[in-house]
Amino acid sequence: MILGIDVGGTHTDAVLLDHYEVRKKAKVLTNRENLLDSLLKVTEEILSDEGPEILDRVVLSTTMSTNAIVQDKISKVGMILASGPGLPPSMLTINDDTHFVSGYVNHRGVEVAGIDHDEISKIAEKLRGEGIEHVGIVGKFSSRDPHIETDIGDSIDGKFKHISLGHRMSGNLNFPRRIATTYLNAAVWDTYNSFIDNIKEFVGRFKTDFPIYILKADGGTFEISQSVKCPVQTILSGPAASIMGILSLTNCQEDAIALDIGGTTTDIAIFAGGIPLLEPLGVTIKGHKTLIRGLRTRSIGIGGDSRVTYENGELTVGPERVGPAAAFGGPSPTPTDAMIVLGLTDIGEKEKAEKAIAEIAESMNVPLHDAAETIFHSACETITSSVKDMIDEINNAPVYTVHEMLDGKKIEPNLLYVVGGPAKPMAPRLGDMLGCTTHIPENAEVANAIGASLARTTTELTVLADTEKGTLTIVEEGIQLTIPREFEREDALKICMDKLRERAIKMGAKEDDLEIEITEDQSFNMVRGYYTAGKNIRIKAQVKPGLISNFQKGETR
Amino acid sequence: MNVKKTGLIFFPAFDWAISPSHPEREERLLYTQDQVFEEGLLDLDNVFEFKPGLASTEDINRIHICVPGAESVITESHLISAGGAITAAEKVLTKEVDNAFALVRPPGHHAMRVVHGARGFCNINIEAIMVEYIRHRYGHKRIAIVDTDCHHGDGSQDIFWHDPDTLYISIHQDGRTLYPGSGFPNEFGGPNALGYTINIPLPPNTSDKGFLFALDNLILPILDEFKPDLVINSAGQDNHYSDPITNMNFSANGYAILNERLSPDIAVLEGGYSIESALPYINVGIIMAMAGLDYSFVKEPDYNPREIEQSSQISRYIEEEVSQIYELWKNRHSQKAEMVKNAKYARRSRSIYYDTDGINEEQEETIRICDDCGGMLTIDSKASTGNRIFAVIVPGQSCSTCREKGEKAFESVETGRYDYVYFQDRDRDLFIVK
Repeated sequence: MILGIDVGGTHTDAVLLDHYEVRKKAKVLTNRENLLDSLLKVTEEILSDEGPEILDRVVLSTTMSTNAIVQDKISKVGMILASGPGLPPSMLTINDDTHFVSGYVNHRGVEVAGIDHDEISKIAEKLRGEGIEHVGIVGKFSSRDPHIETDIGDSIDGKFKHISLGHRMSGNLNFPRRIATTYLNAAVWDTYNSFIDNIKEFVGRFKTDFPIYILKADGGTFEISQSVKCPVQTILSGPAASIMGILSLTNCQEDAIALDIGGTTTDIAIFAGGIPLLEPLGVTIKGHKTLIRGLRTRSIGIGGDSRVTYENGELTVGPERVGPAAAFGGPSPTPTDAMIVLGLTDIGEKEKAEKAIAEIAESMNVPLHDAAETIFHSACETITSSVKDMIDEINNAPVYTVHEMLDGKKIEPNLLYVVGGPAKPMAPRLGDMLGCTTHIPENAEVANAIGASLARTTTELTVLADTEKGTLTIVEEGIQLTIPREFEREDALKICMDKLRERAIKMGAKEDDLEIEITEDQSFNMVRGYYTAGKNIRIKAQVKPGLISNFQKGETR
Repeated sequence: MNVKKTGLIFFPAFDWAISPSHPEREERLLYTQDQVFEEGLLDLDNVFEFKPGLASTEDINRIHICVPGAESVITESHLISAGGAITAAEKVLTKEVDNAFALVRPPGHHAMRVVHGARGFCNINIEAIMVEYIRHRYGHKRIAIVDTDCHHGDGSQDIFWHDPDTLYISIHQDGRTLYPGSGFPNEFGGPNALGYTINIPLPPNTSDKGFLFALDNLILPILDEFKPDLVINSAGQDNHYSDPITNMNFSANGYAILNERLSPDIAVLEGGYSIESALPYINVGIIMAMAGLDYSFVKEPDYNPREIEQSSQISRYIEEEVSQIYELWKNRHSQKAEMVKNAKYARRSRSIYYDTDGINEEQEETIRICDDCGGMLTIDSKASTGNRIFAVIVPGQSCSTCREKGEKAFESVETGRYDYVYFQDRDRDLFIVK
């Protein structure tokens, strides 16, 4: 059986899946000061009738790293940046302990300037003197050739508790994001590791063995002992859990829109051919743009409990929530109250809802029903216009080849999934406005925990070959190999696939779950003078976010 | 520096080349893309990337006479690079951004008004198409184009030769030492637009100092007097010291300084073939300068200002040339009378070679001398492809006489002598072929 746990901001949910059927659900309030406590409680509740030996797999989505970052409960980090030419240091400094050092490689990964050991050793002493135990090392173009980072790391090896290297975070270009990602990884390392130690200790008491996985922002998982190397990957796993939940509760194979409508906010996600879309570069957390792969979501300030006001001839719905709906004793009229008045739902106390909406109707000088209708429509329109914006943004993303420019695929969803409290009353109108067929999945209240339970292990890998230099770099693994001049794109593709498989298995993937996709495949002839000097080959592949195998979508009941 | 909202239209056309080992090939903007991505420029709050639109044949026919038609001389890639320039203009004119840079290929500044094929890696003139698009869409504007490509922009010069509302300034390596072999100070505009074409040839090995001297002492003062509504930079990058097909000593830092001082509303990439050692750094420098950011840390790995410093002889030569050209500009109004005397029409005959496609063209151009507009223009052109054409062009903001004369010329042309006869009327946005 599979145990899935989602530690959310308000509730911690757990589900026990038996052959993909929900056998048991549990819900406890999240203790924000002690997440482990919430985990233990919910686990005890769900395993009250069974022993832990029934578990084949446990998956955890936790806000541990997210909270640490959002609440600034992070370690002090010394950042050593080999920045080369480009942006000025003032635009790259991420904290008070950022130091710039010499040494860099260029866009082809060719070393232009070497590192200065004395300079680095002085910085290391200074950082130690300040009691700093965590260091991040990031080099310009280290995802082309990581040796500057590894050389700096080697030269201060043993002097710190933990060192995070930029190229291990992502194979993508973007120096400022690499700095932010590495910084956050080092900053949450301690908090995350002690949390995981506690979990391991707790699980150790069960005297039975089952793999534990942690959910990442991209809707994939990795094995718990792998997660401690790169804890920053676990941030923002909450929205990912919700999207994977929708995927597991439906049989989505096509372009679709997914909405999670809560009390305060609505989260929007988009599926392309049944696959949730990823952020093009990485997720953003507390103002830090990162290189962390994450599902593409947009959160807007509108929900069932959004405050409704009418001032100076203008109706405003959201973005604040000042309390529950008036029907539940809240202080102000809300879209939920409007839906009650319209008879779309019969929750709460109808008189209170009518009274709240009547105030708006009076200032608008229209009948009660008209006011309710206007509020309801306005809430739906805020959501649908954001959905349309998001789809436009995806369809208008820049492309860099003539082929893609003329024949580029467009997302055209005809399907809308809605979960969350107001899903039932709002879905039909939203579907009409978006021209979509609507579906409200069953068991949606524990969709997050189900999504976490069934998410497969994901990872990606970048392989770069430069036949003029005679080198092949497997970026995220920090490996460099020598290659012959005749090396071809096909060779690089094969190496990339093989190494991605190895990496995925190491991260905890099962052979059957390796749904691999090539995400970048480019080979350029490098012409110098009038002859071809070599090939510049760039391959990227990923295990797509999705559900574990032997599981048909929509099977969860 | 003032931080500005800068639009970037990036289209490297990774699947398009003139031929596999041609300088204008797939790889050209690869390392520029790497550098721009690695610097994270697109993440900056004041830098916005836009997808290029596609230019239409109407956009091309507003400015060019393509023989036999636009479809026959272009590929999709040209429609995207011209479309990219148009997108840049749109974003600026709708005030979505303060300025914009179309980092697109293929380039266009060697493409002349009449197009029988490709010259100097160019088929259609993307800036010229953009300029006429702006006027068509946003009303008539005074526009200055400052072409900083190392090669004389003979195509842009040809297109704007008779247009007194477009100031075309080209600063380039001396035509006696480099393709296309033109662009001397005495090429100064047609009779109705004397002084609105300015050529500043610089000797080989000119470095930052020389370029910036000409900028500060000639280009900027002339722009001050011309008072354009829009300044466009044809941002060729082949003046760089590492460029393989030219002989100048300009640096990435020099390009950034030039851009900051010129402060163009729109920049459009032209040439530049040092794809690995120069373009990544120049383009990052230009984007940062346009966005008003500190670009002083942008420099080439092998940058050594002493090694590329120009000689004092070059400095003196440039100082002298700059003062002569400025004199010429000052006296532009008095020269017209001297030049045209009582003539009603002026005629010029030229041979034009299309190096990229190996085509020869013989062209005779006749302009009506006019004090009220750019003047009605007719062109008789015969190419080695076998095509002979006649074109009548009524300029934008034309006077009624020039329009009547133009319409009459088109009606009365002996069609039997030509394969195609064209009529282009900018104000009415008309393009007729018979």
